Amino acid sequence: MTATLTPVKKRSALTKGQLPKWAPYLVLGIALILGAAVLALIGFNALGWGIVSAVFFAVGLVGWSAAVEGSRRAKDKLATCLVVGAFLIALLPLFSVIWTVLVNGLPGLTDPGFLSTSMNGVTGAYDNKSVEQGAPVVGGIFHALIGTLLITVLATVISVPVGLLTAVYLVEYGNDRPLARAITFFVDVMTGIPSIVAGLFAAAFFFAIVGPGTKTGAVAAVALSVLMIPVVVRSSEEMLKIVPNELREAAYALGVRKWRTILKVVIPTAISGIASGITLAIARVIGETAPILVTAGFATSINYNVFSGWMASLPTFIYTQILNPTSPSNPDPSSQRAWGAALVLIILVMLLNLGARLIARMFAPKAGR
Amino acid sequence: MTTTSLTTSRGAGRAGDKVFSAATLAAGCLILAVLFGVALFLVIQALPALVASPDKIQGGEGFFAYIWPIVIGTLIAAAIALVIATPVAIGVALFISHFAPRKLASGLGYVIDLLAAIPSVVYGAWGAAFLAKEISPAYNWLASNLGWLPIFQGPASATGKTILTAGIVLSVMILPIITSLTREIFLQTPKLHEEAALALGATRWEMIKMAVLPFGRPGIVSAVMLGLGRALGETMAVALVLSSGALTASLIQSGNQTIAAEIALNFPEAGGLKVNTLIAAGLVLFVITLGVNMIARWVITRHKEFSGAN
Repeated sequence: MTATLTPVKKRSALTKGQLPKWAPYLVLGIALILGAAVLALIGFNALGWGIVSAVFFAVGLVGWSAAVEGSRRAKDKLATCLVVGAFLIALLPLFSVIWTVLVNGLPGLTDPGFLSTSMNGVTGAYDNKSVEQGAPVVGGIFHALIGTLLITVLATVISVPVGLLTAVYLVEYGNDRPLARAITFFVDVMTGIPSIVAGLFAAAFFFAIVGPGTKTGAVAAVALSVLMIPVVVRSSEEMLKIVPNELREAAYALGVRKWRTILKVVIPTAISGIASGITLAIARVIGETAPILVTAGFATSINYNVFSGWMASLPTFIYTQILNPTSPSNPDPSSQRAWGAALVLIILVMLLNLGARLIARMFAPKAGR
Repeated sequence: MTTTSLTTSRGAGRAGDKVFSAATLAAGCLILAVLFGVALFLVIQALPALVASPDKIQGGEGFFAYIWPIVIGTLIAAAIALVIATPVAIGVALFISHFAPRKLASGLGYVIDLLAAIPSVVYGAWGAAFLAKEISPAYNWLASNLGWLPIFQGPASATGKTILTAGIVLSVMILPIITSLTREIFLQTPKLHEEAALALGATRWEMIKMAVLPFGRPGIVSAVMLGLGRALGETMAVALVLSSGALTASLIQSGNQTIAAEIALNFPEAGGLKVNTLIAAGLVLFVITLGVNMIARWVITRHKEFSGAN
């Protein structure tokens, strides 16, 4: 019996015809060296080195794999390279934008009083003085911060219930009725409404009801809601649709009412997706500039009341500081304030994102993945 | 438990059902009313420009001579954005859902979501201050090497503030929208389909081709259409990045204009018939997105049997 056993010196049949585990590292090392050599010929820069090396890596690994493992595995390697490449490409603009905003925004943000003062009384004379005599840049974004927070919160308070209830209607009660089909269709249409047209609608609506020239934070919130509701409906609808019917049927079989099934089973199952959709909706509207310019005007002083008076917001603050600097002859202090405000806006939205993710994770059902 | 308490609870439940379904219905109808209001306002305000004599419209040749170049410009910008963003977004979504190590995946998803968090006005400032400057050497190269193609005809813009730059900025802006929706859809692919494909000896890519992509196709289409809607209607980024002008075939010269940017740049100073002209331009944009969405709905309904919990 022992004589017929095959000796175990050879590589296992399971790993035969496969690249060794260290293959990617070897190819990566060679690709980096080759990339550096090529770049040395045409002038070195880090981005070019990365791109050339990545191409060499993909070609080398896929070629080797095709020679050793056959075309199917080579295709798999190629797909892996392309997918990872797509992810790395997507990271480039992200880091570029964040780096640009950080470098340009930190001087503004670290300016004393930047977060706690408004632009009330800040004129071009101060900016000229700070450029010519090195005086600190005065003026801040407190008014814009308050405006953005109040307008966005009001818009969210309007949009989330309407959007979520509509999504529930479409998925649970609609049954493909003509009304449900019409709502789905028109929600799709609403996603395409340009932000500036939504702003014009809200302005005209309040001009007609309250009186001409009504420009308040509430009008801006209505304009933002027009933009936000369809996003909330579409994302919530997709998430509710994905909840397996077995869960609903199990609840019905236990005699649970439909509304309690929806509130206790369907929505909790989909809550992580819904929260991520709402976060994206907030991220979309919090940076909208055009509708706020049309509906809330542009204020330089602090206003806590969304129902009366013009209101500033961070995006319109950035836009006007870039386009119409406080001192046209010395735009640098204005651009410093604009980038500082941009940094604050980005931090604000990042915190919102993080919060939504934590909530989603807290409420997510225990699932396989 | 007594009989009375049973009937009471049953009665309360029935009322809850009625109230809840009525609330959902009311929310749906409110959306229809809002959209009707928007459309009504647009049509009423646009009518004067549509019926005015041609010489009173900007350019002096009537509304359609005014609108068609910026319609083409809008479509060009959105097309550039989609061509760049769609493959990258699907790749990123696949990477996060099926390629990245499980522990890293949600963190990487959050990183891509950060792209969506960056406001359009910041993208506009970035595109105008950074990207346009960095990319203009590439435009010079394109003009001298591929200049025989009409779309790369030189001389390239010295500032880099072209429709191609605007399209690239737009593609960055719509990338996270497409990614986040397709990613959620890919994650919902039935585990059994994936495991069945792998058990039959499929490689990871073959499994994705056979199980994940067919399941996700309607989701991908709807995500791309959402991205297109944003690209068509995006105002601030184009307004800040693009150095606008007459319609040109070349993507690397300054020129072209989009409807949304045209409205944003001109509306604050506009008066009289110009306001109506711009609102009519908004109406045209509205009609374009309507057409886009109708095609999208048609595609999605054709593949309805794959989508989720039916």
